[in-house]
Amino acid sequence: MGHSEEYQKLEGKIFTKSFFILLSVVLLGFYFVGVRYVKGIGAVSNMSDGYPWGIWITYDVATGTAIACGGYAVAILVYIRNRMQYHPMIRSAILTSMFGYGLAGFSVMVDLGRPWNAYNFFIPSKWQANSAMFEVALCVMAYSTVLILEFLPAILTSIEQSKWDRMNAIRNWLHPRFAPDKKTMEDKLEMVRLGALWLKPRLNKVLIFFIVLGITLPTMHQSSLGSLLLIASTKLHPLWHTGFLPLLFLLNCIFIGYSIAILESIISSYSFKRPFEIEELSGLASLIPFVTVIWLSVVIGDLAHRNQIAAALKGDFYSGWFMTEFVLVAGGSLILFVKKCRRSARWLFISASMIVLGGALYRFNVYLIGFNPGQGWKYFPSFAEIMITVGIVALEILGYKVFVALFPVLPNMDLHGAHKKKGHAKKHKGEQSKPLPQSEAAAH
Amino acid sequence: MKKTSRRDFLKLAGATGAGLLACGAGSALANEGLQVNNEELGMLYDATKCVGCKACMSACKRVNHDYGSLSYEKAKFDEDGLWDAPSDLSGSTRTLIKLFKESEQRWSYVKYSCMHCQKPSCVSVCPVSAMTKEKITGIVDYNKNTCIGCRYCQIACPYNIPKFQWEKAVPQIVKCDLCKSTNLREKGISACAEVCPAGAIKFGKRKDLLDEAHQRLKDAPDKYVQHVYGEHEGGGTNHLYLASMPFNKLGLPEIKPEAPAEFSEKIQHTIYKGFIAPVALYSTLCFIAVKNMKKHESHDDDHKKGDK
Repeated sequence: MGHSEEYQKLEGKIFTKSFFILLSVVLLGFYFVGVRYVKGIGAVSNMSDGYPWGIWITYDVATGTAIACGGYAVAILVYIRNRMQYHPMIRSAILTSMFGYGLAGFSVMVDLGRPWNAYNFFIPSKWQANSAMFEVALCVMAYSTVLILEFLPAILTSIEQSKWDRMNAIRNWLHPRFAPDKKTMEDKLEMVRLGALWLKPRLNKVLIFFIVLGITLPTMHQSSLGSLLLIASTKLHPLWHTGFLPLLFLLNCIFIGYSIAILESIISSYSFKRPFEIEELSGLASLIPFVTVIWLSVVIGDLAHRNQIAAALKGDFYSGWFMTEFVLVAGGSLILFVKKCRRSARWLFISASMIVLGGALYRFNVYLIGFNPGQGWKYFPSFAEIMITVGIVALEILGYKVFVALFPVLPNMDLHGAHKKKGHAKKHKGEQSKPLPQSEAAAH
Repeated sequence: MKKTSRRDFLKLAGATGAGLLACGAGSALANEGLQVNNEELGMLYDATKCVGCKACMSACKRVNHDYGSLSYEKAKFDEDGLWDAPSDLSGSTRTLIKLFKESEQRWSYVKYSCMHCQKPSCVSVCPVSAMTKEKITGIVDYNKNTCIGCRYCQIACPYNIPKFQWEKAVPQIVKCDLCKSTNLREKGISACAEVCPAGAIKFGKRKDLLDEAHQRLKDAPDKYVQHVYGEHEGGGTNHLYLASMPFNKLGLPEIKPEAPAEFSEKIQHTIYKGFIAPVALYSTLCFIAVKNMKKHESHDDDHKKGDK
């Protein structure tokens, strides 16, 4: 997969104004994390014995990992459906997934009451295969590792090409007495470079097997995230409690994944002032309705089968949330059926946002809004609880911004995006992976 | 070329979907029924005999003194935290007596504690086996040295029994363990049953308790609601209830005879049986992806030649 020149680093400064704004949000969040470890979960959150899972599980884990499914959804498209023209999008999708999952793992450690016992997940005698959470935990840990491996080529390329400007700058900044000898440092950095050179081709050879693992694992744990609530048969509202929860969660993460890949591309094109990748985006957008239509039909079919249609249309609290979720997903998909809208960055943005919101609301409905442990229990997240979640999201964005500047992640503008420059001098392999007309593709 | 891969993809998607659908449908099939073990230990609480003295509560707190401080459970009028006035089960209260008053004439006491289910949801969901059910006694027990504090047991329990110590930096789950390592080991009876002055709590084997309960229902049909709560609820519990008022009024939820854990485990097991489906999925995907990669590379090579 010699596609390294397909990607480029983002030019520009890292320490911008938005960097420091995000950083302060992150620090505020981490202050509350500190409070949580000193004073207990009750001191920062509004969770209770009736609502033992608050927004940390609902948003950071259940919804956050679905939003982080861009890498998964794009990988299916590229490697399984063999649509290599989407290859340029995969690195940024994987980077977002890496942060999404890594920080979901982090927030689990904040949420767990006894995190020091988490090593029990690695002790076979403690395994409890009946537990959907056991499956989720192992898969998520494995997938996070796989994501790092999938992203490694970008880091290795960067090491290979690095002139170590920053390292030298730090060395020069240090007091001469503490600074390492220039020669030794250069030798050591050369070793690192050689190591990267040695590793990269070897990694490239086996990478496809990790990529496929990176497709299998989310298929497993995203459906198991739905299975988690199967047992709450008396607490979860019948609008959402169904044996199809695993299937619905799996489909849900796929359409969220494609929509988030679109949003991410539009937002980063906009904020980094790069051209929109309309060609790729409209192709991606045409896939979403297929998945949402299956999802919506399973939802309706299942409600009809369980005689819950009336409950969905009742107009009460639960039906209101259900309808909102349903209308957002269905409405967003309807827009995507129109070819003109698929080619407009604005409409793509609107519809993808609707689908992400609707899909995320579905997960909120299952985990929190439709969850009723009985009379007398109420839950609304506390300020500190929200700030920890916001801090984690800010850290994701911050990490993304830093990584796209340090490593070649974004599609190379000379090859992609700026489609007018057809006869560009740097004609390269990546070029053929542009959308081919069906007939031409079949001829090969 | 492209068409084959699409067909492969659709086949695969179809197979995965069908598998998942089948398991969804499978869950609708009749419950195979779980084996109820009537030899297990349990308690029979007779609300009509209870006088609300709360001796069971204080005995429970005394026996389990190692768990939790009482100070944060203070009543609203008790700013110094001298009183222990729990309004519900909590991280320091494993059993609780409440008075339900419908009118001046109609009222009933009710005792809350772990129901010690035949097929406990908390045991089924615990990812690290911190919740266990003892094979012989049937006691549902908690091991704080294994627990990771995920609180999935709280989500799963239909009776809302396991409680978490929210105010502690080193918290644990708290629930009745039938005095397994304290009073039961020393005296062969749970502390609450031992101290009850009114004979409202009977300790024993489930089958004896059930016989006793049905005998009482027969002897005084007007006094009781003709139902032993816990006999069939959620697959059956070892903590049984008799009362003169509808159980749902006393805060005991209406639960179908199938254990919730049966339903969820069936689906989970169908998907992951023998780990066949995940392995099959992985190998199929590998096959397709490697084929696609090769195709793509040769495709690249063709183009290179063409360029030259």
